Amino acid sequence: MPPSYLLTSVTFLPLAGTTALFMLRADDHEWIRRIALAISLFEFALSLQLLRGFALTSANYQFVEFRNWIPSPPIHYHLGIDGISLFLVLLTTFLTPIAILVSWKSIEQRVRAFFISLLVLETGTIGVFVSLDLFQFFLFWEVMLIPMYFLIGIWGHERRIYAAIKFILYTMLGSILMLVAMIWLYELSGSFDLPQIQSLLVSGQVALSFQTELLLFAAFFLAFAIKVPLFPLHTWLPDAHTEAPTAGSVILAGVLLKMGTYGMLRFCLPLFPEAAHRFAPYVAVLAIIGIIYGALVAMVQTDLKRLVAYSSVSHLGFVVLGLFAFDPTAVQGALYQMLNHGISTGALFVLVGMLYDRRHTHLIREFGGLASPMPMIASLFLFVSLASAGLPMLNGFVGEFLILAGTFARNVSWASSAAVGIILSAVYLLWAYQRVFFGDLIYEKNRTLADADRRECVVLLAMAVLILWMGIGSVSFTRRTEASARNVFVLMQRPQAYNARAILRSIEPLRSGGVR
Amino acid sequence: MLEHLWLIPLLPLLGAASNGIFVSRWPRSAVNAIALGSTGLSFLATLEVAREFANLSADQIPWLRSYFTWIEAGSFRADFALQVDQLTLIMLLVVTGVGWLIHLYSIGYMPDDTGYRRFFAYLNLFMFFMLTLVLAANYLVLFVGWEGVGLCSYLLIGFWFLKKTATDAGNKAFWVNRIGDFGFLLGLFLLFRQFGTLDFAPIFRNSAALPVETSGHGVLTAIALLLLAGATGKSAQLPLYVWLPDAMEGPTPVSALIHAATMVAAGVYMVARSHVLFTHAPVAMFAVAVIGCATALFAATIALVQTDIKRTLAYSTISQLGYMFIACGVGAFGAGIFHLMTHAFFKALLFLGAGSVMHATGGEQDMRLMGGLRKSVPWTYATMFIATLAISGTPGFSGFFSKEEILLAAGTGPYANSVIYVLGVITAGLTALYMFRLLFLTFHGVPRFDQKKTHVHESPRIILAPLAVLALLSVVGGWWAAPHLVGGLNYFDNFLKLVFLASETSSSTDSYSGNSQLIATVFGPPMVAAFIGFLLAWLLYIRRPETPKRLAESLSAPYRLLAGKYFVDELYALLIVRPLVWISANFLWRAVDEESIDGLVNGVAREAGEIGDRLRHLNSGNMRTYAAWVILGAVVLTTLLVWTVR
Repeated sequence: MPPSYLLTSVTFLPLAGTTALFMLRADDHEWIRRIALAISLFEFALSLQLLRGFALTSANYQFVEFRNWIPSPPIHYHLGIDGISLFLVLLTTFLTPIAILVSWKSIEQRVRAFFISLLVLETGTIGVFVSLDLFQFFLFWEVMLIPMYFLIGIWGHERRIYAAIKFILYTMLGSILMLVAMIWLYELSGSFDLPQIQSLLVSGQVALSFQTELLLFAAFFLAFAIKVPLFPLHTWLPDAHTEAPTAGSVILAGVLLKMGTYGMLRFCLPLFPEAAHRFAPYVAVLAIIGIIYGALVAMVQTDLKRLVAYSSVSHLGFVVLGLFAFDPTAVQGALYQMLNHGISTGALFVLVGMLYDRRHTHLIREFGGLASPMPMIASLFLFVSLASAGLPMLNGFVGEFLILAGTFARNVSWASSAAVGIILSAVYLLWAYQRVFFGDLIYEKNRTLADADRRECVVLLAMAVLILWMGIGSVSFTRRTEASARNVFVLMQRPQAYNARAILRSIEPLRSGGVR
Repeated sequence: MLEHLWLIPLLPLLGAASNGIFVSRWPRSAVNAIALGSTGLSFLATLEVAREFANLSADQIPWLRSYFTWIEAGSFRADFALQVDQLTLIMLLVVTGVGWLIHLYSIGYMPDDTGYRRFFAYLNLFMFFMLTLVLAANYLVLFVGWEGVGLCSYLLIGFWFLKKTATDAGNKAFWVNRIGDFGFLLGLFLLFRQFGTLDFAPIFRNSAALPVETSGHGVLTAIALLLLAGATGKSAQLPLYVWLPDAMEGPTPVSALIHAATMVAAGVYMVARSHVLFTHAPVAMFAVAVIGCATALFAATIALVQTDIKRTLAYSTISQLGYMFIACGVGAFGAGIFHLMTHAFFKALLFLGAGSVMHATGGEQDMRLMGGLRKSVPWTYATMFIATLAISGTPGFSGFFSKEEILLAAGTGPYANSVIYVLGVITAGLTALYMFRLLFLTFHGVPRFDQKKTHVHESPRIILAPLAVLALLSVVGGWWAAPHLVGGLNYFDNFLKLVFLASETSSSTDSYSGNSQLIATVFGPPMVAAFIGFLLAWLLYIRRPETPKRLAESLSAPYRLLAGKYFVDELYALLIVRPLVWISANFLWRAVDEESIDGLVNGVAREAGEIGDRLRHLNSGNMRTYAAWVILGAVVLTTLLVWTVR
């Protein structure tokens, strides 16, 4: 394949685009918005090019770019995507224009800085998903924190400073552990390059002692588990989500949380398979607690945005469970659920944001009977809620079904307990929906609220179409992720096990999953 | 038409889409045309399918068409595939036929307000999902329909969303069904784990080859019981029946179509569809029969004292669905489907008739405030009278054949159980009692409402026409299934037998032909019971209408138990709902999340801040202090060095 700069372009286009915003006058809000939107749309179109050249059946990294960067220690500029990262990049480029559109009117202070932050955030996020060099990965991981910190801290709601600091401290704690682990891994393997380390481990040229593997796994895992977030590391999330402006919540829920589950799938499983197996029961139990606990706490929230935030804890629990079931079906489901959650929870935050724009509150008791003044928003809110609650033919069902079906084949009690979450998601979503949209209008001021305008309709319909499409045409996604999802289990094999059980356990998923 | 099966569900979907999304300012006549037209075309397409189906050879059945791969990942694969066999065909005819009649009725019934378009969009959407459910060729597509009809039920129960009771009832329906679906989903996972697919054909083929799990342990028993959990939710059986009475908050045509004729029968359909799994799991069969029997009796007793006309009918529906479960549980799947069909006719008619009464009296639902209506609404009265005769099992009417066939199987079939048979017979008596009570309270006696205020008028023809058609079906709908021993052709049973061949338990009434003694023994008791029920109703509500009140007073404890519907709702609220909300709010959220976890995190932060604050004082600027620290540090480092190198 001829050298292509497509990934570099996709990664840095938003950052480059910020120069255009810098050239505008700071108070020229209209044009700042338009240019930012144009950049993000162009970026989305560009990222769609990835689909065209993507080889379906290959589990290898594609669109690879490799340059020397720092000779010693050997750090490279190494980009590439596979089926695991492909759609996460597209999710980012899809949600960014959405985030820009929903901020159109609601952001009035420091408009230019806001949109610059969003675009920098986009570059940082994509960078995380396409980096194949550990150091470079870490760099993007940290870079992306800064704009997010500003988004919450500057444009957030009442308790924004508390939330922003909590968010950054939590993430930094994980980052430090991860950095230590990366350096240690470099000491052991002599490389920062992920594919190289991986092949050294798979071929047995580098063997980690079980103790080392456990520690490395723990360090990486903790960093990612905070990001997901896994119970009981989740308490930064309700605050961050609730206090962030709508665009921040959309990106935070839509993309940033996926970095955690992405990291688990990219690093924790293939690099440290034996430790992953050892920890899997504990992780699964925490994930299941997260599913049920998140749903129950969501059920009793009085603040609509906080409710959606807790529902993320529940939904991401499904993803983590799917990853640690070590089953190709479940992993595929987990990958799909990452996308689903990005779209449908993103859409819920968009809708909650629209209510906030009109009433400047998130409290459920301030609403009631909104279906009468705003039928359009009410219909779409229900549509998205049903998607989130896993109604068949909408996106959430496919992911949850695959995760649970795959997990069930491994462990009946895990799948059965997790499936309780499906009952509960219908409870908290429809109950909240009833209190917000049904019944008589309790407050006179709600009577005159405007329904979605044209800009809002475009945003919501784009997301609704995607939800429907992902619910019906899931194969157009899963056939692109299939090879890479299976490959995870190939990468988890080791030639000489530290004990005989290890090797058995790491190939077991393939054997029973492949031919049944 | 067989080549284009997809048209049957798709037509109503297009109707729903155009009424729900695209056509925002079209007049009412256009809405009607779209809604009626799409459903009507779907019905015609079904008729054409039936015609072509008759020409298929046995090995072409089930006729299967796969349209696209819906889900494919890892080792899982499910196509969007539809199939037609005899069972599907009957369900298709019932759903599209009765569905179309109810669409027609709704045009006359629904008030012309802003919700008119929305109503028909939901109703068409329901048709789409219900048709998908019965056409599905695998459990996953069936689940699409299964959840979809649940959604439409939720939307239509809460159709008048300004009323809190309506939206509460909608939520309840959705949630209780979700509990059943939890079991259903686990059943699907187990099916997938066991058979590696969710397609009907390979599952039934492979499970037919497995031994019958007489011991009650085994994967098929587990699967069947999990599927049964789903069926109890959808078909409103014990212990998940609680949503159906509340569902009467929805518009009456919805009660007729969704909560009587079609959707609630989906559980019965699913069990019949999975007959191979059930017959290989006798324990599950027994569970089906017991649940059905208990529900039939339980709901019938509640129906005796209800005062709301629609709620009486709702409990009656639950009770009749119990009969269908009994049928499946005793291996008479054909009889179950037969009763499903006749029930669709007479129960839809009863609900539509109740709607007509409400239309006539300005929305009154309380039977205590009716009475003597038969003269002012003669057509409604006549049709409802026919339906009452049918449901009570009057010889010659459709309900007679289906109910007798079920009780026959319960009494003499391969899974016969005398307790279930006796309770079934008692329920038949109760059925006649509560149904004639309803009829007498509503139409007979003296008017108990203010005749000056309420001007009672017969409904328009568009409402009466569907009543007339359904009344005709309630009479003749059973004839083509009349068993040989009463001189019938038994066409229905023979037609369906091909589907249930694998189970080989079809308790055909043919074996009894000619034996007049047996006829009397097996057919007699239910008829006698029904007649006693009718007599009691006549005594209590016509002859001596003051007795029921006295009875209620003298038997006040049992009466209150029945009137309070055995206080099951209150029990669930006390044991499940309230504790769950309380624990979530006070323990999980406040105590665990905010105080423990976040308290710990913020505590650490505060401590760190305080330590930092104290450490700040170390930077005192005092040279001697610094020197002391340097020396201390050097000593510690040296010690460590020596200790490690050693």
